[in-house]
Amino acid sequence: MDYVLEARGLSKDFTTKKGLLKAVNNISFGIKRGETLGIVGESGCGKSTTGRAVLRLVEPTAGQVLFEGNDITKLKAPQMRQLRKDMQIIFQDPFASLDPRISISEIIAEPLRVFNLYKGGNGEKRVAELMDLVGLSKRLVNTFPHELDGGRRQRVGVARALALDPKFIVCDEPVSALDVSIQAQILNLLQDLQTRLGLTYMFISHDLSVVKHISDRVAVMYLGKIVETTTSSAIFKNPQHPYTQALLSAIPIPKIGQKRKRILLEGDVPSPINPPSGCIFSARCPYAMEKCKTQSPPAVESEKDHTVSCFLISDKL
Amino acid sequence: MSEYLLEVKDLSVEYQTDDGVVQAVTDLQLGIRKGETLGLVGETGAGKTTTALSIMQLVPNPPGVIVKGEVLYKGVDLLKKKPEHMRRIRGNKISMIFQDPMTSLNPVMTVGFQIEEAIILHQKVGKKEAREQAEKMLELVGIPKNRIEDYPHEFSGGMRQRVGIAMALSCNPEILIADEPTTALDVTIQAQVLDLMKTLRKEFGTAMMLITHDLGVVAEACNYVAIMYAGSVVEYASVEQLFNNPKHPYTKGLFNSIPSLDEEVDRLNPIKGLMPDPSDLPPGCRFHPRCPMARDICSQQGPKPVSVSEGHMVSCLIYEGLVPGYEEE
Repeated sequence: MDYVLEARGLSKDFTTKKGLLKAVNNISFGIKRGETLGIVGESGCGKSTTGRAVLRLVEPTAGQVLFEGNDITKLKAPQMRQLRKDMQIIFQDPFASLDPRISISEIIAEPLRVFNLYKGGNGEKRVAELMDLVGLSKRLVNTFPHELDGGRRQRVGVARALALDPKFIVCDEPVSALDVSIQAQILNLLQDLQTRLGLTYMFISHDLSVVKHISDRVAVMYLGKIVETTTSSAIFKNPQHPYTQALLSAIPIPKIGQKRKRILLEGDVPSPINPPSGCIFSARCPYAMEKCKTQSPPAVESEKDHTVSCFLISDKL
Repeated sequence: MSEYLLEVKDLSVEYQTDDGVVQAVTDLQLGIRKGETLGLVGETGAGKTTTALSIMQLVPNPPGVIVKGEVLYKGVDLLKKKPEHMRRIRGNKISMIFQDPMTSLNPVMTVGFQIEEAIILHQKVGKKEAREQAEKMLELVGIPKNRIEDYPHEFSGGMRQRVGIAMALSCNPEILIADEPTTALDVTIQAQVLDLMKTLRKEFGTAMMLITHDLGVVAEACNYVAIMYAGSVVEYASVEQLFNNPKHPYTKGLFNSIPSLDEEVDRLNPIKGLMPDPSDLPPGCRFHPRCPMARDICSQQGPKPVSVSEGHMVSCLIYEGLVPGYEEE
C-alpha cells in the first residue's frame, strides 16, 4: 500500500531514576498519501513522543520508521538532514516555539537559509509567498513574535513548516493553545493547505472532537500503546475498546437534552514507569477479567479498517 | 429579580498601564441565586477572570481599578466594605477555586496545613478540630485522609484540583467561584471533577459561578449562562434557552467554531478576525468589526440589553429593532 509514513514496532524508552519509562511501547501504524492520521490520548500517553520519534527528533529505541518505503532509522546524519526537507513539524505552543529575537520573516526564512535556498531575490519572494499562503498580511513582515496574537503566531509556525515544501507534517497539538474561534480558523487553514499542496498529516491532540474533525483515521493511545485504530466516523459511532468508550463519554458535548451514559473511570493514568502487566488498561477497565491482568491482548481487525487490542473483542472473533 | 444571592451591577474595571487604559470590564450585570450554577463563558481577554477577582476584591491594584459599580452579596455592597470585613467574607462565605492546580497551592506546605489554615482563620476552632475537619474535606473530594501530610507535588493534577476544591469548600461557603477549574485537566479527570462539583452543589446547595471557555462544560454543569465579549455580557439566558435558541451573533459564531463530535461537518465556520485590543476598543457595538450581520448603525451606537423572552437577555441592536434588514428578529 502507498504509505508515506509507516511505523513498525516503534518503541521509545527513557531512562529515569525510578526505572525505565516506556513512553512508546511497540506500536505500528501507517499513514497513506494525502491522509490525516489523528493520534489522540491523555497527557503522558506517548503521543508527542511518537510524533517526535517518527521524525527522529528523539531516537527510537526499537522498531522501524519507513518514509516512502525506506527505513529512516538506519540513515546517517547527512542523509537524514536532506530528508528533513520532506518531513516537518508544527509545535503546540506558538509562544515558545518561535525565537523572540528575530522577525517573523526571518523565522520563516530560516529553513531556506539552512538548506542554502535563500538566494538573491528568490528567498524574499518565497517568504512573501508563504506568508500569503497562510494568511499573514504583508505589513507584518518585520514584526516580532511578541507583537502577534496566538493565532497569527501559529500561522508563522505553519509557514515555517511549509517553507521547504514538505510531503509530511507532524502537527503536535497545533490548536490546543488557541481560543475556539481562532482554533477554527487554523483548522480550516490546515485543511485548505492539505488540499492545495497534497500534504500528509499526523495530527496529535488530546481533543477528540478536533481530531475527529480533521482526521481520516484516528489512533487512540493509552500508556504508550495504540489501543484502537479506525476511521474518524467509526471512532464515534462504534468505539470498541473500553478506554475509547470511556474517553468519548467523558467529553462534555455542547448540546443539551442529550442523555448519555457516562463511564466514569476511577483513578488516574498509571505511571509509564513499570506499567501494569498484561493489558495496560486493566487497572482502570470496568470490564477487566482475570487474564487481562497477566496477558497482553493482541491487535485484531474487528471489522474492515478497525483494529482493536482488547480480549473482549478478540475472544469473540 | 431581587432574590439574587450575589448580584453585580454596572461593574467597570480598568487596568491603568503605561501604555494606556485597558477597559477589562464595562457595565457588567450578573446575578446568581441560591443553589444555582452560572456559567461565565468567553475567550481569552473577555474579562471573565477580572470579573471573578472583582467579586473577591482581589484585582491587583495597581494597575487594576474598580471604576464603578456594585457587588451585592445578600443586598450589601461588598465594594464598600472595609478590608478587614472583606477578609471575613473571602474564603468563608465566598470562596474561589483557581485555574491552575499546579500554581495555586503552596509547594512548601502540606495540603493538610493549607486546608486547616482557612478553617482556623474563619471558624473559632482549635488545631485538633481543624485537622479533623480537613480530613473530612479530603475524604469528601475522594482523597484518602492518610495523605493529609503530603505535599502538593506528591499529587497528580486531578488530585491537586480536588485539594483546591476541598480548601474552597472547607468553610462551607454560600458562593463558590470556580475559575476554569478543569481546563488544565485531562477529559477523564475533568469528568470526575465536574461530577464531584455537581454532587457537592446538591449536597450543600452552594451557589456557583463557573468560569470556562468550554461550552460543553456549560451544558454539563450549569443552569444559567452569561456569554462575555470584550468586557461585557452580550447574552444571558438559561442553559436551555441559550443552547436551543442562541440569539447574539457572537454566541452563534462560538457554536459554529466548535468541531462537533456527533455530526459530520467538512468545514468549520469560524468568526472572522480577532478579539479587539482592550486598550483600543471599537466604537458602538464592540463586536461589530467581526459581526457578519453588522450594519452602519452598529459602529455608531452601543446596544442595550433587551429581553427577548422571560429571563433571556441579549445586547444587540438587531433585537432593539434598529438594524435595517433585520427588523423581523
